[in-house]
Amino acid sequence: MAQTTRPPATDAAGWPVIPASRKVANLLYWIACGAALLLIIGPALWLVGGLLAHALPHWQWSVLTTNTNGETGGLKQAILGTLLITLGVLVLGGTISILAGVYLAEFATGRHRTLMRSGYEILSGIPSIVLGLVGYMVLVSVNGGAGWKYGLLPAVIVVSVIITPYITKATETALLQVPASYREAAEALGMSPSRTLFTIVLKAALPGIVTGLLVAVAISVGETAPLLYTAGWSDFTPSLQLTGQPIGFLTYPVFAFFNLPDPKAQILSYDAGLLLLVLVLVVIIIGRLVVAWSRRHAE
Amino acid sequence: MAPPVMSRGEGTVRSSLRRAGRSAGPLRVLGFIGASIPGLVLIALLVELVVKSIPAISYSGLHFVTGSAWSFGAEYGAPVQSQGLTHMPDEQFGALPEILGTLATSAIALLIAVPVSIGAALLIVERLPRRLASVVGAFLELLAGVPSVLIGLWGALTMGPLFARHVYPLIADSIGKVPGFGALGGSTGNGQGLLTSGLVLAVMVIPIIASTARDLIRGVPVLPREGAVALGMSDFECARKVTLRWVASGIFGAIVLGLGRALGETIAVAMVCGVALGSLPTNLYGAMITIAANIVQNLETAITDPMDLSAFAYLALVLLVITLVTNVIATLLVRRVSGTALPAGRGL
Repeated sequence: MAQTTRPPATDAAGWPVIPASRKVANLLYWIACGAALLLIIGPALWLVGGLLAHALPHWQWSVLTTNTNGETGGLKQAILGTLLITLGVLVLGGTISILAGVYLAEFATGRHRTLMRSGYEILSGIPSIVLGLVGYMVLVSVNGGAGWKYGLLPAVIVVSVIITPYITKATETALLQVPASYREAAEALGMSPSRTLFTIVLKAALPGIVTGLLVAVAISVGETAPLLYTAGWSDFTPSLQLTGQPIGFLTYPVFAFFNLPDPKAQILSYDAGLLLLVLVLVVIIIGRLVVAWSRRHAE
Repeated sequence: MAPPVMSRGEGTVRSSLRRAGRSAGPLRVLGFIGASIPGLVLIALLVELVVKSIPAISYSGLHFVTGSAWSFGAEYGAPVQSQGLTHMPDEQFGALPEILGTLATSAIALLIAVPVSIGAALLIVERLPRRLASVVGAFLELLAGVPSVLIGLWGALTMGPLFARHVYPLIADSIGKVPGFGALGGSTGNGQGLLTSGLVLAVMVIPIIASTARDLIRGVPVLPREGAVALGMSDFECARKVTLRWVASGIFGAIVLGLGRALGETIAVAMVCGVALGSLPTNLYGAMITIAANIVQNLETAITDPMDLSAFAYLALVLLVITLVTNVIATLLVRRVSGTALPAGRGL
């Protein structure tokens, strides 16, 4: 039994008329998408603008040249401490992760590789506060730990563990993306495999590896929670002593001084925030330059 | 789906590298050591946490996850003995408010971040000109790169107080008056609390979900979308029925990654949650605490009291179980669906 349906209403040109509800829904959809975009850009601008508005009017260049004194003074020792920790992380964590990435991309196979890969993938999901806590318990604490006390080495080790997954993944991905023709050409020319790896493959993968290292720098500069109980805090210019001597770092004053009653402490908190923002911006800009450079030099 | 980037010739090159085991020997050994470290650290971490939390487990037992009272006891009192354990007088560990706080702040963050990220991603891919899209990309990169302590500073001194004065009262006086939504009414506090924590977390989760969603939507082939348009679908219907269906599992993976980040975020939440230890907030705006915030705010007490340290290890174990479950799901989903260059959990 055939069901009879009314033919849809048509406009003057014979096209079916689009119901108003569908038009309205579509309009609402685009308005919602626009609002969503504003909800991303708005907070980003507000965050950066608010920080600049609070920090710049009180900015004094002496912040860069004097040490913190209680809750006032400058941030020289914190800047040096952050740079020292970051450098240590690049040396320790960077070496381990690049070796790991090379091994995973070039040598490891089968179940071996799956196991090692899931090792760093799970590690990347562990909250940094948990890593900081375990670092405190194992390295710093005198109750059942190594008893190193607060210092440079515990901080570098904990942050290295935090950033290892990022550099490893970046290195591995970059190596796997080197075109097979490069290796084939090198092999055809009679180059030994290890020489191919060092002079051809790693060179082609360099921008990817550098991007991974930059992510690591941004994380080491911006971490707070895992450093509080491994680096400690100090008003004195850091030395290269590895353990037993607490070391200042830039995120500490932001967290510790922001709600103190002394207005000078709050200003110092914003100053540290401004310096952190500048450091992160520098890292992002270098990252963009590396990507642009590698695009221009690919082929 | 796109084939892996490098498949042709991969086998031959790999085998030739392996054959030259002698020349690449030291690198191979060092690489093996390096690649084993994350797994070993992981195992050591779990063992250490379990071993260290044993005193707290035998002291508090399951009451730890069901009780709501948390007290470090008489910190300067003389340690006492009970059940064969040394601890401070009147110590009590009930982490239920923290566990609920962790879950609630993450839920608020996702409720806001998911629609915002997906909507923005659709607009970026389908409507924005290339140049503008790259500017928005720079904003996402900036938001992802800003240290969480700065987002906490913004939430604590700028956004939180302003919202508590001008925005939260609007919600409390409208939706809060509707029967059944009483938790949204009442005092809006000073801007330190549950909703502010959720909002701050949303700002931190958005770059993760939005940039992944954008990359995934950009990868949707044009043919099925053209087909949808040819059938007379509107943009909205095409997005709902074709584009988003195409990338659904990938976006779900990104959401779970974002959830992992929100659950474990420490310092920003510690700055805006109001640090109300051992009590649940009375409404959406009340002071509260999360697991991570308790650890970072109160670990100092553990310097003098080993039982406190053990309680924090137990707490970390609970947090780890919650985040590991979400992350295993995420890894399984994301690995199958997309190959982003970097772990989307964090970073530039």
